[in-house]
Amino acid sequence: MIPEIGHYALINALCLAVILAVLPAWGAWRRNTTAMGLAPGLAVGQLVFVAISFACLAAAFLQDDFTVKVVASNSNSLLPPMYKFSALWGNHEGSLLLWALILCLWTTAVALLSPQLPMQVLSRVLSVMGGIAVGFLSFSLFTSNPFERLLPGSPVDGSDLNPLLQDPGLIIHPPLLYMGYVGFSVAFAFAIAALLGGRLDASWARWSRPWTNVAWAFLTLGIMLGSWWAYYELGWGGWWFWDPVENASFMPWLAGTALIHSLAATEKRGLFKSWTVLLAIFAFSLSLLGTFLVRSGVLTSVHAFATDPARGMFILLFLAIVVGGSLILYALRAPAVSSRVSFAWVSRESLLLFNNVVFLVATLTVLFGTLFPLIMDALGQGKYSVGPPYFNAVFVPLMALLAPFMGLGPVSRWKGDTVARWRGELAISAVVAVLCGLTLPLLGEDYNLWVALAALLAAWLVLGLARDAWYRVRGAASLGSGLRRLTPSYCGMLLAHLGFAACVLGVVATSQYNVERDLKMSPGDSETLAGYTFEFLELVPVRGPNFVADEARFRVTKDNELIAMLAPQKRRYLASGSVMTEASIDAGLFRDLFVAMGEPIGSEGAWAIRLHYKPMVRWMWLGAIMMGFGGFATALDKRYRRQRRAATASAQGVLHGA
Amino acid sequence: MHPIRKQRLYLVLFLVLFSSVAVGLVTYALRGNINLFFSPADVAAGKAPVGQAIRVGGMVVEGSVQRSDDSLAVRFVVTDYEATVPVVYEGILPDLFGEGQGAVASGALDEYGVMQATEVLAKHDENYMPPEVADALEKSGYDHKGKAQ
Repeated sequence: MIPEIGHYALINALCLAVILAVLPAWGAWRRNTTAMGLAPGLAVGQLVFVAISFACLAAAFLQDDFTVKVVASNSNSLLPPMYKFSALWGNHEGSLLLWALILCLWTTAVALLSPQLPMQVLSRVLSVMGGIAVGFLSFSLFTSNPFERLLPGSPVDGSDLNPLLQDPGLIIHPPLLYMGYVGFSVAFAFAIAALLGGRLDASWARWSRPWTNVAWAFLTLGIMLGSWWAYYELGWGGWWFWDPVENASFMPWLAGTALIHSLAATEKRGLFKSWTVLLAIFAFSLSLLGTFLVRSGVLTSVHAFATDPARGMFILLFLAIVVGGSLILYALRAPAVSSRVSFAWVSRESLLLFNNVVFLVATLTVLFGTLFPLIMDALGQGKYSVGPPYFNAVFVPLMALLAPFMGLGPVSRWKGDTVARWRGELAISAVVAVLCGLTLPLLGEDYNLWVALAALLAAWLVLGLARDAWYRVRGAASLGSGLRRLTPSYCGMLLAHLGFAACVLGVVATSQYNVERDLKMSPGDSETLAGYTFEFLELVPVRGPNFVADEARFRVTKDNELIAMLAPQKRRYLASGSVMTEASIDAGLFRDLFVAMGEPIGSEGAWAIRLHYKPMVRWMWLGAIMMGFGGFATALDKRYRRQRRAATASAQGVLHGA
Repeated sequence: MHPIRKQRLYLVLFLVLFSSVAVGLVTYALRGNINLFFSPADVAAGKAPVGQAIRVGGMVVEGSVQRSDDSLAVRFVVTDYEATVPVVYEGILPDLFGEGQGAVASGALDEYGVMQATEVLAKHDENYMPPEVADALEKSGYDHKGKAQ
């Protein structure tokens, strides 16, 4: 019964979405206030029905209702309840429902949190989001219904969740990632609404900016969690594989990063308007493309759940409508909204423009590398694969190019600046940065040129930020009052840019200084790696709730001092019989020690063991977390709220007048 | 010329210059870093180049996996049921690697027709077959159990 209620609720949600997509947009066009006034209510109603549907599916998972097909194929009665719940989005149908739920959440958030928006704009925005919801809800209902029953012949027990997905990180990774992916639909909806209305000004940028920043922040955290999960769960000790699916989430992030920077210029100076709109369209299209790549099964990946051609065709069609439609609209309306503001070459604007060019080129090269195998296959040129070396060769120089200009960014002035002033402001920073670059790598094992370069760039970034922050704080009576003077959006920028610096350092240091060894070890053996002695004590069998495992016990010492006890496992899951490596990691701010088990070798109890020493690997994720929180902080800025109060007053005036 | 137009012209020139550098970088990076998939039948027919980075995949022949007693070296045979290719690899195999399962090895063929693998991929789900392997089997007309279709 419960699954049917869920199914029914989903159908209702689709009906509401259709109304939401049509009626308020029509109202905005005909200036019909009644039709426009329906938009927020429809958005809330749509959320309620999708939430009911989601809750019903969750209930089916938690109650082990194996008559429901997705439950039978993705859950098991032995599974811990927490993983039964997360199994909901560990499959194609359920993850699509999550997509729809999050889209409805964003729609409702826009409907409820935007009293400052003129009614026409709000109804257009909500209509566009309703249109997207129509696409996704009908995708879910017509090609991948999560409530499909297996009657008769339902199994006694389910065939279990893929063991790789049985992990706490994976409970929050997909929702966060989807919050980001889907969040760009808000930026997209604002852009389309502006094109429809023909009005694109600084206030438009101010409305759309906090939403875009928050979506970007979620996406940042989602990607970071995915990388962290790959690191400890896949058992390889790698943290980024340039896997097509990673790229699918990374491309919207890159385009989104360009977008949040060009939005800054649009808000502050009214510049790059049509460019910003184009980026918003681009970022959301990449989100959809990502969904297509992941869901259609055209790519080989962990995430490719289903290979149903009908599904692939549906998303491809939807993508074509969204991208084609919005680009046609753009071509028709963009000339009307282009800006006539000039700026000097030496100014903050041109630095932001440079940022945009770099990120756009980075997006396109990643896009090219991801689609290249598909294009060659479609042309019948054979099955190619493009490996990490390609992406590293292209991406790393681009990011290195970015850093010098990023250091200038905060110090620079809008409209026009002089090189002489930059030189005066940053001469000391430059000298200190070079000194950092020369000395910091000495703390590592051996002097490494790449680490020196990374330290130089990171120091340059941090010092530029510090210089600017000091400049802002210094005039105040006390340090406290000076710090209080900094706006949340400034602090957010500061935090995010510091995070980028930490990321650069972490990535380069761990790639350069990382020591890995795969070797054969028997209980009693020991091996020394980067000064740490790993001693294989014993091998014991252990039992978990839904698996049995061989556990290797390791003692790690350095200079005869105990550092950590590590216990990696080789698990065999009972329901599916699949084997999985559970790595054991001793984490630290400056180094991680990583042990994973391969397979047994020979007959005397020896195992293939993988030992890693990874310096500063955490910096990368800490940096990403800082970027994410920086993104959230910017949305707290008072100017988005202050303007709301003022706008509410005037909007009420308009309403009363009407 | 109008100053805004002039600025735009410079912008466009800069973009063109920058993207040509990027395109150059991309082609350079692509040249050495893409590799083509060959089925065992292709390898047997001599279509695969020797000494270049390629991928070879198929089903791991039952009973063909031999491990060394004192190192991580492993030797196995992949097949598309038309031809076979021996693969040698030193390192830890992925969890889902097994006899009778699909696997893809990337590396280079040596002059004796042995694949010297630097990486072995077996995919993350036991029901899941690498698409290249599925295609290669389809071409040879066998299913993954080796039965003629």
